[in-house]
Amino acid sequence: MKVTVCVKRVPSTAARIRIGADGRSIDEAGVEFVLNPYDEYAVEEALRICEKAATTPPSESTVLSFGPDAVTKELRNCLAMGVHAALHVPAPAGDAASRDPLATAQMIAAAIRGAAGGPPDLILFGRQAVDDDGALVGLMVATLLGLPAVPDVTKLTLGTGAVTVEREVEGAVETYEVPLPCVVTAHKGLNDPRLPNMKGIMAAKKKTITTVAATAAAPASTIESLELPPERKGGRIVGEGAAAVPELLRLLRQEANAL
Amino acid sequence: MSCILAVCEQSEGKLKKVAGEVASEALRLGQASGLPVVALTIGPGAAAAAAALAPFGVESAGAIEGASVASYSGEAYAAALAAVARAKGAALLLIGATSFARDLLGRLGALLSSSPASDCVALSFANGAFRARRPVYAGKAILTVAFKATPALASLRPNVFAATKVAGKTTRVEAIAAAAAPAQCARRTGRVDAGGGKLELTEAEVIVSGGRGLKTPENFAKLIEPLAAALGGAVGASRAVVDAGWRPHGEQVGQTGKTVAPKLYVACGISGAIQHLAGMRTARTIVAINKDREAPIFKVADYGIVGDVDEVLPALTEQAKALRAGH
Repeated sequence: MKVTVCVKRVPSTAARIRIGADGRSIDEAGVEFVLNPYDEYAVEEALRICEKAATTPPSESTVLSFGPDAVTKELRNCLAMGVHAALHVPAPAGDAASRDPLATAQMIAAAIRGAAGGPPDLILFGRQAVDDDGALVGLMVATLLGLPAVPDVTKLTLGTGAVTVEREVEGAVETYEVPLPCVVTAHKGLNDPRLPNMKGIMAAKKKTITTVAATAAAPASTIESLELPPERKGGRIVGEGAAAVPELLRLLRQEANAL
Repeated sequence: MSCILAVCEQSEGKLKKVAGEVASEALRLGQASGLPVVALTIGPGAAAAAAALAPFGVESAGAIEGASVASYSGEAYAAALAAVARAKGAALLLIGATSFARDLLGRLGALLSSSPASDCVALSFANGAFRARRPVYAGKAILTVAFKATPALASLRPNVFAATKVAGKTTRVEAIAAAAAPAQCARRTGRVDAGGGKLELTEAEVIVSGGRGLKTPENFAKLIEPLAAALGGAVGASRAVVDAGWRPHGEQVGQTGKTVAPKLYVACGISGAIQHLAGMRTARTIVAINKDREAPIFKVADYGIVGDVDEVLPALTEQAKALRAGH
């Protein structure tokens, strides 16, 4: 069983976003970058699958990222969690292709197609990167590779030649049967990601991160601007305790027209 | 002849709420661009759902049905929609940004060699090109993109675009045979409703959310759920209480949860961490109830009450109930 997890380096969800001088990207100064939170569930699931699936040759997990050189920190962290191998497809910081969904998907699909040791049985992504919030690249890679896929998965059971997954949709949980090889994107609830232990951190130092040359891909969209949303105008404290409730309801009904 | 396609989500002949929003925005962009609009429905019940688009002023619709889309599969639905987009030479395809689109938009991008814009809050047409505005970083910033490929693909955030009723129109429905499905498909084999026709957060007009300030998970049932019921709204939660296991993650509002834009958002015992604010800051009216006068939530709230949730929420529930009952 070969599992590949595609990951992205993103600003921490606690980061305050400021706009960069170009008006099209963020000002990265002082911003803490982390492994995309949804990717953590994907990495953890890959590790669990490989730990469970005792096969010959042994199961193997690979983590892959298309991004700036700084992503080696997050890749190293995945290796410390227990992932076997890491691939890095470099993109210069602020690179147009890395901010375009189609170009990014083409780049990742090409790296997966060309990977040494043959195609993976299962490709995992986080359901979306919490920077662009596109929720596109996982399904685009699947489609470019001609593979079936299910997004937003909260439960995955490995069967023979197929996986059974649960997907959360509005007001319901759906079950899907997906033949392998396939792509699954991980949602919160899939598992509880482990923290790297000291042994893992030491082992990760000895592992190499393989660089895979980026292929040419033309962006299919142009970023024109990035702006901060309009500030909400400051509100007011209506009062203290239950005594303020009648006035709050009056304002909601008469001023805000919200009831 | 090029056109704008409005993919209108339906289930067994019944249109989803967002379908009217998608149809109306497509018609608006049709007027701006001079392109005709064709609404599309797909799957069992597509023809009945297409006919139900007349009140929104849709004059032309295509109902995609056939063996490949008789049961749901993302691969099959995307292949069928992509075939129609190609056959009609679509310049733009719109779809509501629900879980339906989450399963289709990326596939359509790959099949049609286009970069979709997800979860858009505004679209425009100028100088021969479509542009989209969409929140990124969970709403901490707004990105404007111009589409370079044809068709442009965009999903529309629910509750943002107006669904406009237009009187006196009839819809001509064309039956379209769905294209064949790819050889390898994910097949939906089951569906279990989450229970009791629970209102979906992203579609709710009112959301009552609770955080750590509730002190115990039981207080959600005691204080938050009754207020949500009294206001006809849905229940939300902060990341802290979801991570603590008090509430299911489907209720989480914020950067690793749902981004919501209700008419009224009531934050109870939520301090207002930056990742939470990102998920609810586009609510039309925000009310905060928190015992800490310095909590950041008060900086984004239109109206605040400083006080204990145990004391304020029962009073608010009772009086809101009475108000809505017309007393």
